[in-house]
Amino acid sequence: MRSDVRTTEEVESFLRIRGLTKAFPGVRALDDVDLDLKPGEVHVLIGENGAGKSTLMKLVAGLECPDSGEISKQGRVLRMRNPHDAIRLGIAMIHQELMPFRQMTVAENILIGQEPVQFGVWIDRKGLLQGAARVLGRLKCAISPERLLGELSLAEMQLVEIARALAQDADVIVMDEPTSSLSKTEVAALFEVIRDLQQRGATILYTSHKMEEVFEIGDRVTVLRDGRRVTTLKVDDASEEELIQAMVGRELTLVSSRAKGRGAGPLLTVHNLSRKGGFEKLSFQVNAGEILGFAGLMGAGRTAVVNALFGLEPADRGEIQIGDRRLRIRCPQDAIRHGIGLVSEDRRRLGLVPQMSVRSNLTLANLKAYSRRGFVDVAAESRITAEQVHSLGIKSAGQEQPVAFLSGGNQQKVVLSRMLLICPSVLLLDEPTRGIDVGAKSEIHGLIRKLASDGLGVLLVSSELPELLALSDRLLVMRNGRLVAELDPERTSQEEVMGHAMLR
Amino acid sequence: MQPGQASRLAEWISRYGLLLALVLLAGLLSCLTPNFATAQNLLIVLRQISINGILAVGVTYVLLTGGVDLSLGSVVALTGVVAAGFAHPGEYPVILAVLVGILAGSGCGLVNGLIVTRGKVAPFIVTLGMLTVARGLALVVSGGRPVSNLSSSFTVLGGGAIIGIPIPVLILCVVAFASHVFLKRTRPGRYIYAVGGNEAAAYASGINVTAVKTLAYAVCGGLAGLAGIVLAARITTGQPNAGIAYELDAIAAAVIGGTSLSGGVGGIVGTLLGALLMGVLNNGLDLMNVSSYWQQIVKGLIIVGAVWFDQKGRR
Repeated sequence: MRSDVRTTEEVESFLRIRGLTKAFPGVRALDDVDLDLKPGEVHVLIGENGAGKSTLMKLVAGLECPDSGEISKQGRVLRMRNPHDAIRLGIAMIHQELMPFRQMTVAENILIGQEPVQFGVWIDRKGLLQGAARVLGRLKCAISPERLLGELSLAEMQLVEIARALAQDADVIVMDEPTSSLSKTEVAALFEVIRDLQQRGATILYTSHKMEEVFEIGDRVTVLRDGRRVTTLKVDDASEEELIQAMVGRELTLVSSRAKGRGAGPLLTVHNLSRKGGFEKLSFQVNAGEILGFAGLMGAGRTAVVNALFGLEPADRGEIQIGDRRLRIRCPQDAIRHGIGLVSEDRRRLGLVPQMSVRSNLTLANLKAYSRRGFVDVAAESRITAEQVHSLGIKSAGQEQPVAFLSGGNQQKVVLSRMLLICPSVLLLDEPTRGIDVGAKSEIHGLIRKLASDGLGVLLVSSELPELLALSDRLLVMRNGRLVAELDPERTSQEEVMGHAMLR
Repeated sequence: MQPGQASRLAEWISRYGLLLALVLLAGLLSCLTPNFATAQNLLIVLRQISINGILAVGVTYVLLTGGVDLSLGSVVALTGVVAAGFAHPGEYPVILAVLVGILAGSGCGLVNGLIVTRGKVAPFIVTLGMLTVARGLALVVSGGRPVSNLSSSFTVLGGGAIIGIPIPVLILCVVAFASHVFLKRTRPGRYIYAVGGNEAAAYASGINVTAVKTLAYAVCGGLAGLAGIVLAARITTGQPNAGIAYELDAIAAAVIGGTSLSGGVGGIVGTLLGALLMGVLNNGLDLMNVSSYWQQIVKGLIIVGAVWFDQKGRR
């Protein structure tokens, strides 16, 4: 019965979401959301952390089951209990944290679960390679199907993930912040692939934290806030201010003037610091009350520098001084003892203890201060936690809630707050606002400024140039493990910074 | 059902489900056999679980760090014969025998911990090695023969009672209470949970991961030593062949009690309930004259079933 008359609405809406609701312990992550995806559109989903974007995507991709509500595709209600069901129904998801099999080849990854077989059992290696090459060809992508996935760059892995979605004949592709770890050129290449997919009729649901991406790649945009849909607009009709306001539900003061706390002496002095394979002969200093920015491309060695200063991957040679004292930093314990704190770019691996409560996570790095004779003083702990939750605006269902249930922005605040509790004199911030929504971002910007004006020395690594230019008092540029320029953020431009950062 | 209600129910089950199962089982057994719900029988149950209970409390430390200790049964045998060697009548004070036994046990644990942390060898392998080494040492130390002729001040630790409560039960109570307080209230206890929950994050928070893990293995070994002493005292000989497969019952009790094999989740209360559930089940099946062959089958099913149920509650 393929010839039934369809109403215009059904043709219009390729994927139709009605009344979708999902609750987790303590949070109503998604609350009665309706959404229609048109065939062949790129639909961008934006919202603050905890607004429900990730939950919505997971429901669409079958990673979670809704408490109520339904999803239908081309008029047919979908019943998905796991990602496998979703794939069978033509819905594939490209994850924010890629989950590929690193020790397998590109071809094996692309055709996983549908390898061509001979005699019912043997995998047809030649067929596998050809099949993978065909899919990669459709993406105009030059990766050899025989390479091991682990050898690829993040951007290349992302392409492999997309190729996998294509191989699965997906016509709905869900992309969860696909550009969060890509360089500018890689983003441009990805967008080309997306436009190409779109022309072949694929419908794309795309989340992003970057406003410019909405306008560059999106056809329509939906704003979520607190688990509800606020509005859906045609991108051509929307303005940036309008969207931001819809996201935060209030007027927002964007970047204001920088802190003027300079003038005090050097807090941290680094001389000829080197680490094999990371960086070479770096010399710089961080002054009290100053925000020192570190710009550079991915892999330029910025993360290696902060990790060395914090003792995670200690330096091989060179000197680190706090004030006049030379330090040997061989492990994070040394760094913390000398008042150096790090908020790592890898929040999940190096930050959170997921099953532990907000309270226990906060005090973890300085538990000594909240205990007496080896016993944890829970009352003191609760007091300081309440203080931090209040001053940083950490939203949770209470101090005892495991941090795993918090949104990304709130998790980031927990990790930041933990490092503030060690009372650092130097704070190393590595991508402190990555994967964080506009509202929480501006809160964290304000906090960084306040810390500097309180006399801390802040070393800020960020891949977002506007953020670096707005916050830093001085800006260093790294390329290939070396310092190549020192710039005055007030007198430079994004173009100049990129000019130093790019390989020549 | 409302989504909120469903998740609350799941939370409630994962918190109190085991207690509920224990109460239901006890109720069922008191109906089925008149001999179950007597004070005398309940004391027997407690005495039967005391050695497994002490071992299970010990292994909980290690499981919480994300490790495992397979050497417990052999350490029980080793410490039993070593302590028995110092417990002949009229030679040394009994406290010395006890100290030597516990030290021998924590020595084994310390070696386990150091090889796991310094040598970066998987806990499964390290403690599997210790399982063989400690058994061999027990045979070497005792010459392969039971160490008997023990003083009555030593054997009272296994057979005696204070105001009607068997001494092994009292020892278990003290060990469990102290461990609960240690894990939930002290700084090293908190660190054990943190290391098991996310080792890299614990390290990046300035926690001495090596020390924390080594401590867990040493405590676990020391408690195995204590269990070895209680066992030797109860059977009035140090048996080099004692304790075979005891580690499996101990791990089972902890896991039934909700301690995660991947670390960071669980605790002593659950472990005790797990040990109690296994003990009550054994006792009940004994009273109903179920053959020990069948008892093993039931025990295995309970272990898997309890964890299955627990995981469902968590999801």
